[in-house]
Amino acid sequence: MTNEELQAYLTGEFPKAEVTLGKQYVEMIVKSEDLVETSIKLKGMPQLSMDYLFCLTGVDYPEKMQIVYHLESTKHRHVLVMKCDTADRVDPKVDSVREIWRTAKYHEREVYDLMGVHFNNHDDLRRLFLEDGWGFPLRKDYKDEVRIVER
Amino acid sequence: MGFNIYDFTGMTHNMHVSFMEHMSPLMTTIVEWTIIGVCYLLFIALFGLFLVYAERKVCAMFQQRMGPMRVGYWGLLQTIADFIKLLMKELITPKGVDKFLYNLAPFIIMIATFMAMAVLPFAKGLQTLDFDIGVFYVTAVSSIGVIGILIAGWSSNNKYSLIGAMRSGAQILSYELSVSLSLVTMIILAGSMQLSVIVEGQRDAWFIFKGHVPALIAFVIFLIAGTAETNRGPFDLAEAESELTAGFHTEYSGIKFAFFFLAEYINMFIVAAMAVTVFLGGWMPLHFGSLESFNHVMDFIPPLVWFFLKVGGVIFLIMWFKWTFPRLRVDQILTLEWKYLLPINLVNILLMSLVVLTKFHL
Amino acid sequence: MSETKEIIISTDKIHTDQYLVNMGPQHPSTHGVLRLLVSLEGEVVHHIQPHVGYIHSGIEKMCEAISYPQIIHLTDRMDYLSAHMNNEAVALCVENALQVEVPDRVKYIRTIMDELSRLASHQLWWCVMGMDLGALTTFFYGLRDREHILDIFEETCGARMTVNYNLPGGLMFDIHPNFQKRVKDFLKEFKTKLPEYDELLTGNVIFRQRVDNIGHLTLEDAIAWGVTGPSGRGSGFSCDVRKHQPYSAYPMVQFEEKLDTKGDSFVRYRLRIEEMWESIHIIEQLIDNIPEGDYAVKMKGVIKLPEGEFYQRVESARGEFGVYIVSDGKKNPYRVKFRSPGFSNLFALNKMAAGHKIADLVAIMSTLDLVIPDIDR
Repeated sequence: MTNEELQAYLTGEFPKAEVTLGKQYVEMIVKSEDLVETSIKLKGMPQLSMDYLFCLTGVDYPEKMQIVYHLESTKHRHVLVMKCDTADRVDPKVDSVREIWRTAKYHEREVYDLMGVHFNNHDDLRRLFLEDGWGFPLRKDYKDEVRIVER
Repeated sequence: MGFNIYDFTGMTHNMHVSFMEHMSPLMTTIVEWTIIGVCYLLFIALFGLFLVYAERKVCAMFQQRMGPMRVGYWGLLQTIADFIKLLMKELITPKGVDKFLYNLAPFIIMIATFMAMAVLPFAKGLQTLDFDIGVFYVTAVSSIGVIGILIAGWSSNNKYSLIGAMRSGAQILSYELSVSLSLVTMIILAGSMQLSVIVEGQRDAWFIFKGHVPALIAFVIFLIAGTAETNRGPFDLAEAESELTAGFHTEYSGIKFAFFFLAEYINMFIVAAMAVTVFLGGWMPLHFGSLESFNHVMDFIPPLVWFFLKVGGVIFLIMWFKWTFPRLRVDQILTLEWKYLLPINLVNILLMSLVVLTKFHL
Repeated sequence: MSETKEIIISTDKIHTDQYLVNMGPQHPSTHGVLRLLVSLEGEVVHHIQPHVGYIHSGIEKMCEAISYPQIIHLTDRMDYLSAHMNNEAVALCVENALQVEVPDRVKYIRTIMDELSRLASHQLWWCVMGMDLGALTTFFYGLRDREHILDIFEETCGARMTVNYNLPGGLMFDIHPNFQKRVKDFLKEFKTKLPEYDELLTGNVIFRQRVDNIGHLTLEDAIAWGVTGPSGRGSGFSCDVRKHQPYSAYPMVQFEEKLDTKGDSFVRYRLRIEEMWESIHIIEQLIDNIPEGDYAVKMKGVIKLPEGEFYQRVESARGEFGVYIVSDGKKNPYRVKFRSPGFSNLFALNKMAAGHKIADLVAIMSTLDLVIPDIDR
């Protein structure tokens, strides 16, 4: 599917989500309560079959945390950027998609480690790179007194 | 005192006689033992160092590089420098090791190596012990070394060491069979287990030519099994650098590590020397049946030279294996022994018996 | 150690006959500071828990404080073996965001450098693969040939590994006048050397026994775990970014995406060897036809990306490398995320190696071709 077709299809399929055509890929913002349901559909529907999650990350915006999922269909070769906003920026919580795309397990651990996003239903949510009690360096309010990295 | 580079019997006899003239029999024994001990120590240390150097040069050759070049002419003093470094290193005893066994292990390995050296005939008359069960003795003694490896692995309080030791135990116990059986094949041909008799029996033709097909099979099996018994590549599972860091000697440092290292090289020498003694005519020169003048020229080369040339050749072969093949896995190594080498060996013994019975040999 | 307990009591009953071995952080076959917590039963691997982060350097955080041309200098510290591809990913991302069209000359040179990097990386992988299996000689064969590529890099841009040859909008400087000749000489020589690799390792009985039918990864698992690069293609996962989302000069060249469905260690090994042939093929098509022109587009002194999000995928030697830049219009990015191939590939290791022996774990790990800074970033 081309981006336009994909956008049209997704708009029809997920009325609650907000589907836009980005600069490169189709972008879809889903509500955090619909995340798992949407993900299952995205992977399961034969017209979409978004089975390859190639990037999962988080972005710290001033009033929210956004989790970004880059998805590709290995069958149809279309790419979708799915985004999920959390309600709370300080103590963000979002459902885990590790059972849908297994690679998400460790990508979610990384996001938890660096941004402090709590993934519900994650079986092994430990820090990945840093020590316990380090803080969450990729948050914008993170202050490192020793090695000052400031924007 | 006559000195003959072709026959050392007279020399050793004369020495013994002159000692007896000046000393009591007990004193003579003690002095002779000391001399022999010092000789072996020197030989092992120097030859071990030389083998390490040779290994590095051979491996460099296979890998298209120069090897050690800086210390001494063509790096000749490199191994001596390394040895001094090892001597000066701190002996680290890690926490939680069984101190007694941990310190004992390198000595057991060295002792096993020394004991096996005792029966090797370097030249006519240049042999410390001439048992009538020489071959049997070597195979028996050489497997004492595995006890040292097992103790080292067990007492180190390190899981890598333990895995390495267990691998080594399984491997050496299995390959001991092949070594012994391939030697048995040749004993059938030689009709004796005494090493000097075995060498003497190869005066007209080496056993590998004399026993043709079965001897050749036995030789190949002996080489494979011998390489495995010395824990050298491609059978170096006990050390398996990329899997177990250094296997059973991970926790050893300094001179204790040097003992393991030296023992490995001397064991390689023993395997090569046994191969030479039993298959390649020991210190006997190369003779071809009717070529009188050729045989005569060959006779001029001293037996010691012959012996070390042949040993060098076999050692080169063993090094060649190590630097060419990847390492086997532990189940594959046991499969190779129990499913392939052992049956081939048993059939080969039968074949050799038939050859000897029908006198279908040279 | 809570995690120790966790693994031992991973299922309902306690496994008393299992023991844990820490492979790493310093271990000869992890090629860097990777720690694998392996639970073993005798020689058999039961479970592998990778622990990463020993050289986590916070590159993503650092990128937020620096400008776009500076980011390029950080990227080749991640996967130092495919440094040029990483550089290129950032450069392409910025170019796409600013909608700058670079001259053909730049595209050609970038592609040639990409493939040279891939060759160098695969050569080093091959050396190390042999070394992990106990054949030390391979190491020197591979390094011997890799040296020529590094020399070419050195002559072209002054550095041997961390090349830093890309800039947003083109290249730092033009190629050295010798470049074409040297590359051609190298290819001519390497074509005679590559069969030696096969002679030394591929056909060896012991080697084949060690890698055949070991470490299976099914297509489904490869996709689910995001295993890309030759490792993923060995399982039949068509994931070559050069084919699916071509960039630089890749649309202009003929090459094949090597695929196999068996998914064992040997296939992953063979695909990399075949990829080397493909790389040679690609370079040969380009090297004589480098068009004349500028080596860079004139860019503004301070590069500011328009507001928005940009993603660029490239095929590094290990798999799919991605750069995700969120910009708020300032001179430095709001958020940068690097999707590194090693990160996803590593965590499929448990799937592949569980049930095999320790020796196989090492072999499987080398067929994944991990570079640890690439994982830790």
